[in-house]
Amino acid sequence: ISTLVLAEHEGGSVKASSISALEAAKSLGEDNSVSLLLAGSGPSLQEAAANAASCHPSVSKVLLAESDRFVHPLAEPWARLVHLVQQKHSFSHVITASGSFGKNVLPRVAALLDVSPITDITGIKEPHLFIRPIYAGNAFSTVRFSGSGPCMLTIRSTSFPPPSALASSKSSSTASIDQVDLSSLEEDDAIKKSKYVKISTQDTDRPDLGNARVVVTGGRALKSAENFKMLEKLAERLGAAVGATRAAVDAGFVPNDLQVGQTGKIVAPDLYMAFGVSGAIQHLAGIRDSKVIVAVNKDADAPIFQVADYGLVGDLFDIIPELTEKLPDKK
Amino acid sequence: MKIMVAIKRVIDYAVKIRVKSNKSGVETINVKMSMNPFCEIALEEALRIKESGRASEVVAVSMGPAQCADTLRTGLAMGADRAIHVDTQAAPLYPLSVAKILKALVEAEKPGLLILGKQAIDDDCNQTGQMVAGLLNWPQGTFASKVVLDKEKQQVTVDREVDGGLETLCLELPAVITTDLRLNQPRYATLPNIMKAKSKVIKKVTPQELNVELKSDLEIVEVNEPPKRKAGVILSSVDELIDKLKNEAHVI
Repeated sequence: ISTLVLAEHEGGSVKASSISALEAAKSLGEDNSVSLLLAGSGPSLQEAAANAASCHPSVSKVLLAESDRFVHPLAEPWARLVHLVQQKHSFSHVITASGSFGKNVLPRVAALLDVSPITDITGIKEPHLFIRPIYAGNAFSTVRFSGSGPCMLTIRSTSFPPPSALASSKSSSTASIDQVDLSSLEEDDAIKKSKYVKISTQDTDRPDLGNARVVVTGGRALKSAENFKMLEKLAERLGAAVGATRAAVDAGFVPNDLQVGQTGKIVAPDLYMAFGVSGAIQHLAGIRDSKVIVAVNKDADAPIFQVADYGLVGDLFDIIPELTEKLPDKK
Repeated sequence: MKIMVAIKRVIDYAVKIRVKSNKSGVETINVKMSMNPFCEIALEEALRIKESGRASEVVAVSMGPAQCADTLRTGLAMGADRAIHVDTQAAPLYPLSVAKILKALVEAEKPGLLILGKQAIDDDCNQTGQMVAGLLNWPQGTFASKVVLDKEKQQVTVDREVDGGLETLCLELPAVITTDLRLNQPRYATLPNIMKAKSKVIKKVTPQELNVELKSDLEIVEVNEPPKRKAGVILSSVDELIDKLKNEAHVI
């Protein structure tokens, strides 16, 4: 087995979701030589490369693609890059995290390589046997890849959490760093047809929704963007990330990247607190793996109570402030 | 310019699915089937572009068994001009094959835009649009929440829902777009349009006629129900909740 992990980096470090992809690579088998592919340009790429070389004990090689084409993670140049790398190295597996980057890029590469990708897997049973949720997590499908390879996967990062010891014990061994030869990249004309314009993000110092230990979520019952601030205060108190249901996002209370559920973010925190969330199956699909679920809703019959470990029936406009006041401060 | 929209027939989103007792899949007999909600959004966007005068024709395509024609008929009632049904009979159809069939249809029809839903709510794969874009060597704008077509410049500007917020891309036509939830609110087919749709044409072709070989490198071994979460307890006060979280669950 030899595995290529497509990694994302930010601020000179490999993203947590990419570390989960390395965990998934590790679980493929004992003698698995793992290479990590990073792309970008400038000093932040060099910094990320150094970080990548020692970010996980499984990494034996870092492949570095340096070009202005990779300043933004566009699918067209990335797909061509992975295609180039795969033709040279013939990995048995290609893995990336199932975020908006991996979902966008990996199927495109798979098509170029004429193999079926397997997306959003939550379990690896054997090197070619995987488990993935279907129907918003209301069923789980066991899928065997029988092609000649490579086996291309996106993994749900909450299902492959890195051991907490990893962060503290920086790997003693350092992987080698190799530059990828990009001389034939420009022969692909698709990469000239797609141009990055801008990204609009909301700056926040709260933890990332996908990796937070505690998540508090609001539904439509919060009624306004103004009221969501109440939830943000509670989140600050808990050191938590803020999420929202589709209904709350559609109503314009919060931006789209806070949506939790089948088509939004999948979370698996230690503590998930839902306020005014009814519990549509599409939302429950995104929270099923949380360790402890708390639901607060004034409707005692809301489906969310069927999956919650602790429920409180009552008015969230009373309960949120009371909780914020009484909870121990985590800051 | 022509727009092609790919449509999938799936179990209706409101149906609570049941896993078959022999674990071979999900029960579909006597279950309500509908157009995949993301495909409705894709078709709606194509219709709006046409209605704004920037496209001349909307062609809806689908593949699968004979019943897919019903779903295409719904698409025609929403306003698509004509439809193509690729009859693959009962063969299992995975996204790679679908992408190859779409590529063949695109080469025959030569649309300026191919719009698809970002994922189907049955297998939740989220692959086909990206794959057909790769096969065609076209640029792709996936998970779109806003689409602005500039006919003169032959460009389309797409806002994409990504992990960190909203990303804007500018793509040269022809291009592939996959739709996210917030792109638009699909229309309902009105009774007169349902009647009118009955006389619109659904052309039937086979994969062989398109020179597409349906190979499969995947096998569904079994389908299982998810592990059940046990229902918890209803508490009476915030103080009790804080106590439980601290002393029973140990999460704060």
